[in-house]
Amino acid sequence: MNHSRYPEWQAEAAEALIAPIVAAEPGPVLLCLQAVQAHFGYVPGDAVGMIAKACNVSRADAHGVFTFYADLRDTPPPAVPVRLCAAEACQAVGGRELKTDWAAACGDDAVLAGLTGVDEPIFCLGNCALGPAALVDGELMGCADVARLKAAVTQAQATGEAL
Amino acid sequence: MSIWFVPRDAAARSMGADAVALALEGRGETVIRNGSRGMLWMEPLVERAESRHGARVGWANMTAAQIEAGLPDEQSTQYVGVVEEIDYLARQNRWIYERVGVTDPIDPEDYLAHGGLSGLKNALAMSGSDVVQAVTDSGLRGRGGAGFPAGIKWRTVADQSPAPHAGESPSAAAHKYICVNADEGDSGTFADRMLMEGDPFCLLEGMTIAAHAVGADRGLVYLRSEYPDAIATLQAAIWIAREQGWLGEGILGSELNFDVEIRVGAGSYVCGEETAMLESLEGRRGMVRAKPPLPAIKGLFGTPTVINNVLTIASVPSILARGAEAYAALGQERSLGTQVFQLAGNIAHGGIVETAFGITARALVADFGGGTRSGRPIRAVQLGGPLGAYLPDDKLDVAMTYEALAEAGGMIGHGGIVVFDETVNMAEQARFAMDFCVEESCGKCTPCRIGAVRGVETIDKIRAGQDVAGNTALLRDLCDVMTQGSLCAMGGLTPNPVLSAINQFPEDFQSPVIATG
Repeated sequence: MNHSRYPEWQAEAAEALIAPIVAAEPGPVLLCLQAVQAHFGYVPGDAVGMIAKACNVSRADAHGVFTFYADLRDTPPPAVPVRLCAAEACQAVGGRELKTDWAAACGDDAVLAGLTGVDEPIFCLGNCALGPAALVDGELMGCADVARLKAAVTQAQATGEAL
Repeated sequence: MSIWFVPRDAAARSMGADAVALALEGRGETVIRNGSRGMLWMEPLVERAESRHGARVGWANMTAAQIEAGLPDEQSTQYVGVVEEIDYLARQNRWIYERVGVTDPIDPEDYLAHGGLSGLKNALAMSGSDVVQAVTDSGLRGRGGAGFPAGIKWRTVADQSPAPHAGESPSAAAHKYICVNADEGDSGTFADRMLMEGDPFCLLEGMTIAAHAVGADRGLVYLRSEYPDAIATLQAAIWIAREQGWLGEGILGSELNFDVEIRVGAGSYVCGEETAMLESLEGRRGMVRAKPPLPAIKGLFGTPTVINNVLTIASVPSILARGAEAYAALGQERSLGTQVFQLAGNIAHGGIVETAFGITARALVADFGGGTRSGRPIRAVQLGGPLGAYLPDDKLDVAMTYEALAEAGGMIGHGGIVVFDETVNMAEQARFAMDFCVEESCGKCTPCRIGAVRGVETIDKIRAGQDVAGNTALLRDLCDVMTQGSLCAMGGLTPNPVLSAINQFPEDFQSPVIATG
């Protein structure tokens, strides 16, 4: 399933994204991967091969860059990604408990779980005095709890559908 | 007519500042989006002045609903009085952060009205070599954690000739780079983010001064993807600076040509290590490089490269504006000038405290921070990020300097201070330190790549009550191998939180508990 915010994967469009980066930048592999993900929401396997060829590196090298970075993904993102900070400053104010509670909330609600996807660990959002911190659809939340997270997901979903 | 100020900082936005600003505009009020003052427990902190640069009074923790019900007045329980007279701010000594929270971050006129560019103008009237000397004389040391003297690094780069990119012909264009490390991955630190969101021109001015000092023509800011607001604000500032002639060719009418671009990280902590950052900037896996060669001699694409943290570079404009001597008069021993401390975790008054080196950890946590947010007693404080030691409450009288902290077995790191109350389980924190290293190790050297995995396993055995004495001895031995044998600070310093937890809080490692993972 493709989320409406991102266009369907299309090789020609990807090539058009990559070409100017390769022409202008030294060391363009990571920039190309990031550009493809920014456009399509993820980096399909086909794109890795395409980028390798365009940058004149081996497929293995490009794949190695792709797998090194936690941000890069090979499947489309959830509609409203929710990520909870897993680092120390948020642990000190109940971050671990929030993770458990959020997992339980998603366990009880298949629709919520489907919308928000797996809470992949993220280490520090730079909101360390107002933890627990969360990123809901790219928007930073301070003093997060399950109720506020759910409300933000609902709002983000409504905004997304209105677009 | 009154002017209202509502921060656009991500921390303020995370507590509803956008809705507050909209509500004020909905009432027909004039709203300026300033940076955050750094008193984060008050966010959104709404301020009001009677003129653009007039004295400002404030209201803490405002909500859009409150604004919709009526404009706040001096009788409100959230009224905090004249903002700059609030003790937390009045007791600071702001150099790097002098404009943050005061100005509209992307208004060039506001920047100039508050002393912006005076450091660069002074620098351009001096030779590059004299600028390097001023930075050396100021005593400024790297704020990323290692504390290397900035002037010595700059001198090394200044002494090199520009070089073509590695692999290009010797006749290709030659460059030197200024690379700013804005990969602020340490939990409990947010000063780079707030500076880039609250006064991005200051960072650009500092980079431009560095370029003049060492003869660099290109600047890159490696900014982590977890900071979308900082990316947007700094990018806007770069565009504006080019329009203003603050970046580009012939900067401020001088012969200096210099431009800056942002490179966004991709979710890797180890890319905050300078050689891993270079690999990432060159588009590869963020694998640590062995040194030498030093980046100052062969850095980005093989060219001489200054790599400094955001706060190091952002210190430079005020040093050039106010004088190296005045800066060096602050602090103690070889820790001179100001440090931007960040109070985080379980703390009542979290935020930014910029003050001279030498203040004690207790003064920061208790006097500024007001103790824990939960109201329970402090049990542990982690200084210097995920690779820093945990100190118990009775060790907090240590002075915050590079030297005193090293003696106490800690480090200042990037200035982050994370407070935990008595509910913390230190064996769990030790396990997390190892587990974080498992997640984030670049994998290049064995002590870090394998050691961290073995560390998690061994701590799990200790926590499960299996041969506690034997496994603790094994864990200490493993920490020794990681400390001595790792290529960079990731593996080399991960033992800091682990060993400090064992040494300072042995009781948490004694009673068998079920590992929670």
